[in-house]
Amino acid sequence: MWSYLARRILIGIPTLWAIITVCFFLMRLTPGGPFDSAAPIPPEILANLRARYHLDDPLWQQYLTYLWNLLHWDFGPSFKYKDFTVTELIAQGFPVSFQNGLAAILLAIVIGVPMGIAAALAQNSPRDYAVSGLAMTGIVIPNFVMGQLLILIFGVWLKDTGWHLPAGGWNNGAFANRILPVITLALPFVAYLARITRGSMIEVMRANYVRTAKAKGLPFRAVVIHHALKSALTPVVTFLGPATAFILTGSMVVETIFQIPGIGRYFVQGALNRDYTLVMGVTILSAAIMIMMNLVVDLLYGVLDPKVRYE
Amino acid sequence: MALLDVRNLNVRFETPDGAVEAVSDLSFTLEKGECLGIVGESGSGKSQTFMAAMGLLADNGKASGEVLFDGVNLLTAGEKTLNTIRGNKASMVFQDHMTSLTPHMRVGRQLTEVLVRHRGMDAATARDAVIAMLKRVQIPEPARRAEMYPHELSGGLRQRVMIAMSLLCSPALLIADEPTTALDVTVQALILDLIREVKEKEHTSVIMITHDLGVVAGIADRVAVMYAGRIVELGDVNQIFTAPQHPYTQGLLACTPRLDDVLGKSLKTIPGQPPNLQRLPPGCAFAPRCTYRIAACAARPPLRPAAGGGLKACVRDDIQPVRAAS
Repeated sequence: MWSYLARRILIGIPTLWAIITVCFFLMRLTPGGPFDSAAPIPPEILANLRARYHLDDPLWQQYLTYLWNLLHWDFGPSFKYKDFTVTELIAQGFPVSFQNGLAAILLAIVIGVPMGIAAALAQNSPRDYAVSGLAMTGIVIPNFVMGQLLILIFGVWLKDTGWHLPAGGWNNGAFANRILPVITLALPFVAYLARITRGSMIEVMRANYVRTAKAKGLPFRAVVIHHALKSALTPVVTFLGPATAFILTGSMVVETIFQIPGIGRYFVQGALNRDYTLVMGVTILSAAIMIMMNLVVDLLYGVLDPKVRYE
Repeated sequence: MALLDVRNLNVRFETPDGAVEAVSDLSFTLEKGECLGIVGESGSGKSQTFMAAMGLLADNGKASGEVLFDGVNLLTAGEKTLNTIRGNKASMVFQDHMTSLTPHMRVGRQLTEVLVRHRGMDAATARDAVIAMLKRVQIPEPARRAEMYPHELSGGLRQRVMIAMSLLCSPALLIADEPTTALDVTVQALILDLIREVKEKEHTSVIMITHDLGVVAGIADRVAVMYAGRIVELGDVNQIFTAPQHPYTQGLLACTPRLDDVLGKSLKTIPGQPPNLQRLPPGCAFAPRCTYRIAACAARPPLRPAAGGGLKACVRDDIQPVRAAS
């Protein structure tokens, strides 16, 4: 078990290196550069800037320098936010995105999984159709629409009632300011989780061992909780791994709509600005989280299924 | 009063291709301490009869008629009453030992929960009783096996666990649905010995569902032969094997190879195909394959007393009750 864990973490290092390498060269292959702008910069200044950021060095040298700095936990200065290093930007934004993402995914689990179970246990009943309908709605409505809709309802229409919620802004993470963005983030995941749970629960409830459990005279609740649930959760965990990694690293759309100082916007802005170091920084962060979540998923399989062995 | 009294049982499944009548107008009784063998090919309704009785039909299945167990109609009893009977007074062993145990639960726990539920035992007492029961079904090192998961046990051990599970509450009725299918012969013999022992020592009534005539011959007191959801012949085990009266039973026995057969002789079969339950003929379902077919077979033959004892569902009285030469 522990040697498996150690091996998986060690395997993560070359994976991360491969991602860094691909991302580094892809960024440099992209036309344009960090100092292109509508108002042309005088050539002397541009030359100084390029020298300052070592952009005139041969590419392989830049790459090796970058790797060397990374090994010293130095992600470099941002090209766009000139007074900040990438480490500082991530250290400011990531906790915000992480907290919101964690709250959203937990909310999605707490609502989506029971919804899926409730639907599966009453297959083809009105309750089932209601859940499937809601889930479909949650999937097809994009978050930029859902976010605006929630702002319209809770920020505008209910402005003079007790239900009023801030339409945006962060306010140092006040609870009220977090509610709408977290709901917006969570809704599609509620929908996906409900659908996945419903499908796998229906399948498991038809299994022979569930029939055996019923034939033992166990109450229906016990049959579901002790005999069916664990097997039914396997596909849910499979989905949750990458989904959690995705949601923890922030959402550009949601953070923009609600004006939240997370790191979601850095992905898009960084890429548009050719802010090489910032893009590298957020990519490495999300890759590392993804690798970690995959490991967590593999460990959870062992909890759900005793046939899984770690050697 | 019979322990089990099935009256006019019908089981229907609604499928996308239309309704299927898996069991139709089935009646029989089972006395205390008796073993009734139920014989028939796949799809003859032998399993579904007892799934219906135990309230275990798939969602698209529906049963009508009466299944009286100790005077209680199981079909109308409701989940709560059913749960005081299932696994307690009436228990069932399923054929698919590979998939019939919960994969993520230790074997011991799957057994103790039966005793906790029906006998109100605490965990430690239940555990002792379970280990004693595992020992009784001849599982070596029962305490260690109880800590294992189903995938860590062999097929024979798993089936013995299933039988141990069904015997925990000393049921009045044990329904064994193909308990020996897919097991090797020595394990088969062991399982059958176990069931025979329970029947003789504890006067447990046994329903032995199988397509294996040899299994039935060794254990049953009476035999019901099913075809297309109906009983075609019901009689004493000796009568069924030595003087079968229904053409289907005769055909079935003729298909069984015998030790004294001439070497190199090809195996016998019943001509034709098993019936399609969605398009059953209005009369005798076996008629299309029957060499004794007459015009009267177009009407449904009732199950009636036969000249040689027992019951048969065949309009003809002039068929010799013999085991057809093979």
